Amino acid sequence: MSARPIVLSGRASRWGLGLVALFVSAFLIFPVLIIVPVSFSAGSFLSFPPPGWSLQWYERLFSRADWLNSAWLSIWIACLATVFSTLLGTAGAYGLVRGKFPGQKILIGFILSPLIIPGIIVAIAVYFFYARLQLVGSTLAIAVAHTALAVPFVVVNVSASLYGFDRRLEQAAANLGADAFTAFRLITLPIIKPGIAAGALFAFISSFDELIVALFIAGPTQVTLPLRMWESMRNSIEPTIAAVSVLAVGISVSLFLTASWLQIRAKSTLPVSE
Amino acid sequence: MSAAHFLRRPEWLVVPLIAFLAVFYLIPVILMLARSAGTQTDFAPLLEAVSSDIARTIFWNTLKIAVGTTLATLVLAYPLAFFIATAKPFTASVFLAIVMVPFWTSILIRSYAWMVLLGRQGLINGVLIWLGVIDQPIRLLNTNFAVYIGMIHVLLPFMVLPIFSSLKAIDGRLVAAAENLGANAFATFRHVILPLSMPGIVAGCVLVFVLALGFYVTPALLGGPSDMTISMLIAQEVDLYRWDYAAALAGILLVATLVALFAVSRVVSVDKLLGGVR
Repeated sequence: MSARPIVLSGRASRWGLGLVALFVSAFLIFPVLIIVPVSFSAGSFLSFPPPGWSLQWYERLFSRADWLNSAWLSIWIACLATVFSTLLGTAGAYGLVRGKFPGQKILIGFILSPLIIPGIIVAIAVYFFYARLQLVGSTLAIAVAHTALAVPFVVVNVSASLYGFDRRLEQAAANLGADAFTAFRLITLPIIKPGIAAGALFAFISSFDELIVALFIAGPTQVTLPLRMWESMRNSIEPTIAAVSVLAVGISVSLFLTASWLQIRAKSTLPVSE
Repeated sequence: MSAAHFLRRPEWLVVPLIAFLAVFYLIPVILMLARSAGTQTDFAPLLEAVSSDIARTIFWNTLKIAVGTTLATLVLAYPLAFFIATAKPFTASVFLAIVMVPFWTSILIRSYAWMVLLGRQGLINGVLIWLGVIDQPIRLLNTNFAVYIGMIHVLLPFMVLPIFSSLKAIDGRLVAAAENLGANAFATFRHVILPLSMPGIVAGCVLVFVLALGFYVTPALLGGPSDMTISMLIAQEVDLYRWDYAAALAGILLVATLVALFAVSRVVSVDKLLGGVR
């Protein structure tokens, strides 16, 4: 942490920088915002600005069983992947942060690697593997594959909350007669809980949005929401997708804001260790 | 063994995670790599991949897009990261949220948004016609340009965040000292701020480059027929049931990714690099 932030002296450079920052931020956020008016379009095909306003695309979306089934399937898979990755990731993070063993750095690199390895490599590797085991088309198998991709988010978040906390609190509990498990349950767990929750939310979103692995390992009856969107976008870009997107972005953004809030809270309530 | 035992020897808690990743991630990847040796273990699929003109062209194309995207995101991200790092806390948190929100919007939805904007009847064509720059809608979608725009949009946050954290870590007294010693704004930036933010720049560039190498969804939706990336070629070969050949291509892509990561692991630690992915 810096003792003092950088202060820009020139007023002109401050304004110029602000202008560029504004332009780049607009580039980032504008395309996400543009889907909202498109989803309320009264037009029959994709045009912007829309010729008029209506709820027709939302009506169509909610009257179509296939879209709703896809949404429920994706939510179910994401819930399973979240449970698996939160359990494995929390225990793993605890072991990584508190344990002492050789090759720790390599192990961390390996656990986090699904975040950076190209999705297509994981997708076809898992596809070939599942084909051999005849697991292609199993909902549980999709959730398991998503777990490997989601677990790094849990490990990163839980490790961060474990690193940031004062271990003297646990020692104090032990001195007061608590056994190791009681100290964990009453002291450690409540302190790292926001980290676990944030990790779980990130894991949920990563599975809910996952396309490439599902593209290969899902059976014909398992059209997840991203898969249905993908198919629909490749054929015609009707505004139904905009309606789905607005709802999906709404879910993702509210989960993301909850997760960020939890992260901030986790930081601010941490007893600071010296 | 009791729960307390695990808490005294926490190493063991890593075992379920490692076992899980070994079975459902590491072993599948190793088995896939083994496929590139071919059925007769003569490495025929790998040799085919290395000598194929089509594969080479697509590899170069992917590399070109990855380098272009990395440079473009660096140019766009640095001023934004600098602005956020030097802004007042409230302004900084607003701009950070703007960086993070699209980060958590799925790639599919963001590609869809660009399809809306870049389409024949899209906003960009509409504005260009209204301004009188063009008379007829021009083809923006399914072009190389659309692929760049879409990929820059997706990867920009991965560049902003590491640069932001390295700028944030700079002690402002160093900047003040440089100015007191008579350095002008450019000299201060060139000799103090830029070198100190170099770890963030390197981390961001590697992250964006490596992620760009593996892009599939954005080029498939926004690009034209000539904008094929290596990931698209792999998917196509799998669909054609040429699995061993696809595995060989995937092996080459994996090696390229790992080489890029190891090349910089001396400058930035890999876990720190991946820690930026949030």
